[in-house]
Amino acid sequence: MNIFDILGPVMVGPSSSHTAGAVRIGYVAKCLLQDELCNVKILFHGSFATTGIGHGTDRAVIAGLLGMHPDDMRIPDSFSYAQKAGLSFGFDQIDLRDAHPNTVILEMEGRSGRNLKIQASSLGGGRIMVNQIDGIDVNFNAEKPTLIVHNLDQPGHVAEVTSMLSHKCVNIATMQLYRDKKGGYAVMVIETDQAVPTDAIKWLEHLEGVIKVTYINLEED
Amino acid sequence: MFQSLQEIVEKCKKEEKEFWEVILEDDTMERGVERSASYAKMTDTWDAMLLAAANYDKTQCSSSGLIGGDGNRMEEYLRTHECLCGDFIGQVIAGALQMGESNACMKRIVAAPTAGACGVLPAILVPYFKRNGRNSEYIIRSLYVAAGIGQVIAHRASISGAKGGCQAEIGSASAMMAGALVYLEGGNNDQIIHAAAMALKNMLGLVCDPVAGLVEVPCVKRNVYGAVNAVASAEMAMAGIKSRIPPDQVIDAMREVGDKMDVSLKETGLGGLAATPFGKEISKKIF
Repeated sequence: MNIFDILGPVMVGPSSSHTAGAVRIGYVAKCLLQDELCNVKILFHGSFATTGIGHGTDRAVIAGLLGMHPDDMRIPDSFSYAQKAGLSFGFDQIDLRDAHPNTVILEMEGRSGRNLKIQASSLGGGRIMVNQIDGIDVNFNAEKPTLIVHNLDQPGHVAEVTSMLSHKCVNIATMQLYRDKKGGYAVMVIETDQAVPTDAIKWLEHLEGVIKVTYINLEED
Repeated sequence: MFQSLQEIVEKCKKEEKEFWEVILEDDTMERGVERSASYAKMTDTWDAMLLAAANYDKTQCSSSGLIGGDGNRMEEYLRTHECLCGDFIGQVIAGALQMGESNACMKRIVAAPTAGACGVLPAILVPYFKRNGRNSEYIIRSLYVAAGIGQVIAHRASISGAKGGCQAEIGSASAMMAGALVYLEGGNNDQIIHAAAMALKNMLGLVCDPVAGLVEVPCVKRNVYGAVNAVASAEMAMAGIKSRIPPDQVIDAMREVGDKMDVSLKETGLGGLAATPFGKEISKKIF
């Protein structure tokens, strides 16, 4: 933890895990969707489900989905802002196996038809972890620039992505590979020390076998 | 990052630097930022604390209806009575209540180290700042001292109520503030870490038993307890009193106590005050 994890975050109360972390999950989810969000179903698990209302977790997630940060004073009124923005939302509870007590699933639908399902947990102190994207395990906290590439599970894609990064002088901090089955659908999650240039991301999107490229860099916001 | 308080003190001695400066330099390395950027961020943190204190709204009320107005009651009492514990401590009590209330009522605060314990540092720093001619430079340096202590506690033990009970939240805040206050009062590095150790020792075993699982009861008033304990510990350290148990060993003891604490007493809302008939009644009413 750096010293500003100790003194901070500056946030709207009452709980860094149940409020600030929930805003951040919503915010990261909105960035990952890469489309204007019009409809979302929110499923709370564990402590989020049992004490979430009293902590404003529901309002916090919506605030994040609307692009608010954890210190935004409008968080308590996020439902009315959602209404104004034409965002429809619904809540429910879910009982997940082997999940962190503060876990939420977001099923999002964008205006241009992009769908995305995310499972994320709030770890305390406002820090979060995205656990699943579209049902595939991933693990990243969105604290560094993060590149997520969905591709067919076939030889060469990791080499393509990493040589592109090397060419752009972007250093890889961590790298994870996941797939649903051999020869199926694969996901690479790469956290980098430098920002990934937009043209490089565009180039990746056009590669054969690459299904979807998602990039978030919250440092730039 | 430092593994122990002793390591910080030794580094200060070797490089002939002050406690806060060593923490600042460590931050520049850890996050890869310039000195000025680190300092500016800490200045923003302090400004956010000041703003949060100034924005206290005595009419605000938490979602459960249990929290609101006590900070103002204390302030009124100070205005109309001579406080037995003196004006400064009176203000500390009022400030801790007010910040805790603001947090419970979804206002903007600075988690220090957590949202539930957000009242301990500003309760002391804000009146201290006003009393001593508003020199923010020393206050900002003292925040580095507090953060450095908190970082070691987070590393060796925990700053999460769910993991270590309230001793890890209010206890850590109190230890951080005690060290920072010794710095402000001109104490040396040994006195800083001994103040932190004494503050933490006094909080060992404190459980996290919030009614209905909410950051309301007893969290708001525990901020008072943490702040007043920080002042007492800093004063003892300034008088030359030391913690008999070495500071880093006190932190390790806090971890051990936290590990042994029953899960019902670690932010689950199942034990302690939360399990009282009144606590259960409130819980039933909300959910």
